[in-house]
Amino acid sequence: MSGRGRNRRGFLAAAGGVLGAAGLAPVLRAAEFKPEAPDWTKNLGPGVDAAPYGKPSPHEKHVIRRSVEWLTATPQSSVNFTPLHELDGIVTPNGLCFERHHAGVPDIPPAEHKLLVHGLVERPLKFSMAELRRFPPTSVFHFLECAANGGMEWRGAQLNGVQYTHGMLHCVQYTGVPLRLVLEAAGLKGQAKWLLLEGADAAAMTRSLPLAKALDDCLLAYSMNGERLRSEQGYPLRLVVPGWEGNIWVKWLRRIELGDQPWQTREETAKYTDLMPDGRARRFTWLQEVKSVITDPAPEARLAGKGFRCIKGLAWSGEGRIARVDVSRDGGRNWTTARLEPPVLPKCLTRFYLDWQWSGEEVLLQSRAIDEKGFVQPSPAVLQKTRGVNPIYHNNGIQTWAVNRDGTVENVRLG
Amino acid sequence: MARWRTFAWVSLLLAAGGAAAQPAGLGLGRPATPAEIAAWSIAVRPDGQGLPAGKGSVAEGEQLYLQHCAACHGEFGEGAGRFPALMSGQGSLRDHDPVKTIGSYWPYATTVWDYVFRSMPFGNAQSLTADETYAVVAYLLHLNDVVDADFVADAKRLPAVRLPNAAGFFELAEPDLPRGEPCMRDCAVSTRVIGRARAIDVTPERRLE
Repeated sequence: MSGRGRNRRGFLAAAGGVLGAAGLAPVLRAAEFKPEAPDWTKNLGPGVDAAPYGKPSPHEKHVIRRSVEWLTATPQSSVNFTPLHELDGIVTPNGLCFERHHAGVPDIPPAEHKLLVHGLVERPLKFSMAELRRFPPTSVFHFLECAANGGMEWRGAQLNGVQYTHGMLHCVQYTGVPLRLVLEAAGLKGQAKWLLLEGADAAAMTRSLPLAKALDDCLLAYSMNGERLRSEQGYPLRLVVPGWEGNIWVKWLRRIELGDQPWQTREETAKYTDLMPDGRARRFTWLQEVKSVITDPAPEARLAGKGFRCIKGLAWSGEGRIARVDVSRDGGRNWTTARLEPPVLPKCLTRFYLDWQWSGEEVLLQSRAIDEKGFVQPSPAVLQKTRGVNPIYHNNGIQTWAVNRDGTVENVRLG
Repeated sequence: MARWRTFAWVSLLLAAGGAAAQPAGLGLGRPATPAEIAAWSIAVRPDGQGLPAGKGSVAEGEQLYLQHCAACHGEFGEGAGRFPALMSGQGSLRDHDPVKTIGSYWPYATTVWDYVFRSMPFGNAQSLTADETYAVVAYLLHLNDVVDADFVADAKRLPAVRLPNAAGFFELAEPDLPRGEPCMRDCAVSTRVIGRARAIDVTPERRLE
């Protein structure tokens, strides 16, 4: 009752205000009172549970992973790309994380999935998913970049879009068990120096991992961004190898064998080795080195007209944190340091911004990242001087976007 | 710290001759039996560790290859469409278009066995027997002029095969990236556009709106 009394007093006070203002502004006649209200402001929308698992707005249907059909022989052994130009912040939505499979996506019932740990251990062990989830969990944000990200760009500007030049990249919060805890449970023998990681997919993907890295910061992940892994990201279990190439983050992980030497699997010999100009190849090039790219403007995110535009981009390094990002608007002659947005985490995407007034003239945009160890993202020319044009993998060269007078943006190579 | 103390304590117990078969630490996981381990251990190393008993000849491999492999990799391993060639390319690694095959690039014959057995034929993986895998690998090595037509592969002979590019791999001792304070003003770089992705025109069509 007392509440209602207060409401009535409030109403009277407000009405007095309106009456008081009447002397200053004319009161609209009834026919003129037509507040603007679109349909969605008048009609009821769907209720709860219309979509028990929510999806993006139907107006965002263009924000999808895309592939380059001519790259691979089959869609089962192929790759698609994250739409970096459409994303904000540093976290990639689970459904937009790029895919790379060697034999399609297996459908694995979690109750039937087991992890075997054996080889040079005191106690070979088998774990169910339920048992792995009983370990004290750890959650960490890390980027995952395919070693071949930018692999089509070694010889020059080839694909006209940041989704295709840089989109074999995602960054999520992974949750799982530190690999060290599981290895300790099995008890390492003194001769153990390497791990073999094997997937349960129809490629039975295998890689060798040095023990020091396994004990340092690797994670047996069962969740990403708070929910269980997506099937295409390794459900129910994948390895997280922070800062290292995506291929070694074995998905659908079912077996870890400890040994005294690497296995020299197909994925670390015939593939994922970097061919140098002298015809020899670097092997065990696991680290994803310091790199950055402007995600807006980009070929898919052109300028509408001159005036203000915030240049947005991403930077990352497998060595640790990003220390600084510089942006050039004249093809690398002069640089301005960009603003890094917290959090700046190790081996994680870092968002950078630079406020900019576009004069309407032609501009050559570049970004250059520097990591906490002092490594500087190189120009393609510097990279090619030592590595040639045939490594396929580990292209961390500076990207140039040419902004044309009509506001279109394109992938160009300078030289 | 607590975790390490627990681990050390359990290790001490084990060292004292306690229950070696019991899981350590948190007690999670159950012991894997030798049969379970054997059933899942298919990895093969260059020293031959992991190779099973069995054998296969070049002649047997040719028949199996035509049956299971040629549709994608070509009758003579020359490749088909975007499926990779399995032979040729020797001496091409410094070329503009290097061809990486077992004969030109792969360092170890044992890796061929491991990969064929675990991943091939594409879409019907782990369907070949050990004998069949030895035979297919023998034929692939013969296609690459690495072994003679009468070669028979087995757990002893395969690790002894030396592939032409075995010495073609190395590990970089130091990173080769620039380090330190980079140029910020009037840097001496070329800003001439020498290539445009739009001109190459291989980007997939994209619905813009």
